[in-house]
Amino acid sequence: MAEPFQEPVTTTAGDPADAKMWTARIRRRVVAALPPDRLLPDRQPAYVASWIYVFGVVTIAALVVVIVTGCILALKGPQWWHVSTVGLFVNSCHLWSVELFFFAMVVHLWGKFFMAAWRGRRALTWVLGMVTFLGSIVAAFTGYLSQTNFDAQWISTQAKDGINATGGGAFFNVLNFGQMLMWHITLMPIVVVVLTAWHVLLVRRRGVVPPFPAKGEAPTPGPAAATATESVTV
Amino acid sequence: MDLLGVVHDQLLGVLGVLGSIVNLDGFGTYFHWHFIYISVANLIVIGLMVLVFVLAIALPFPRHRSKRDVDDG
Repeated sequence: MAEPFQEPVTTTAGDPADAKMWTARIRRRVVAALPPDRLLPDRQPAYVASWIYVFGVVTIAALVVVIVTGCILALKGPQWWHVSTVGLFVNSCHLWSVELFFFAMVVHLWGKFFMAAWRGRRALTWVLGMVTFLGSIVAAFTGYLSQTNFDAQWISTQAKDGINATGGGAFFNVLNFGQMLMWHITLMPIVVVVLTAWHVLLVRRRGVVPPFPAKGEAPTPGPAAATATESVTV
Repeated sequence: MDLLGVVHDQLLGVLGVLGSIVNLDGFGTYFHWHFIYISVANLIVIGLMVLVFVLAIALPFPRHRSKRDVDDG
């Protein structure tokens, strides 16, 4: 029988003399919160075999395409994406990957709502998903304002009255193209990517919410249910 | 004509047929009911989302039995 696989360690990691160092303390907390086998598990509970989670993955895949095409657009600039055929293609990929991103995210969100996915100490996972959705709307809106065409002008002039009526116009001026562009290409991508990563890490930490119990069964168990005996290979 | 040219012409033909069905060269069509005012295009997207959501719930997820499941019986 083969020996169990041992993770390689450095000669200094875990030295009791270093136990109070901030690096050791942070490492202990991170590993305790997300052990490698929970961060990247080989198997999942049987109830994870659902299309609803496919739409969560499609959302992340679309976000990757959004980021990559956005980086290309940022490198080449407006004249390129308005005039050249390749630029028009990349610009279209950027738009349609955003459409797919929202489409898949909304289907995933509806599914998680009807599963009451906040059960079992998973409220923060649900709330982060919702906040990511709202942040994505701001990211998409500032994107519409950054097109550098008449459509962007029309949208900004239509939106200004509504936002000014809330008092928000003093901080978020949709007629200020430079501000909207900076929000779109720096602030909002950071916000959406960080929130998405946090959401996924929490899904790994708390596990996927189990189905509702049948009548007469015990109430929903907590994150420990992720170690259910019946499982599927992922 | 090279292959790329043929594909290009075919694609233009398909787009032409689609364009004759849905005329995008003009003002959009809007649905207006009381305070609800929404473009038909957005309404179609929302309808598609509802349809895909229902299918995602109703359709069985394809599964394969792994070696461990077979061993467990």
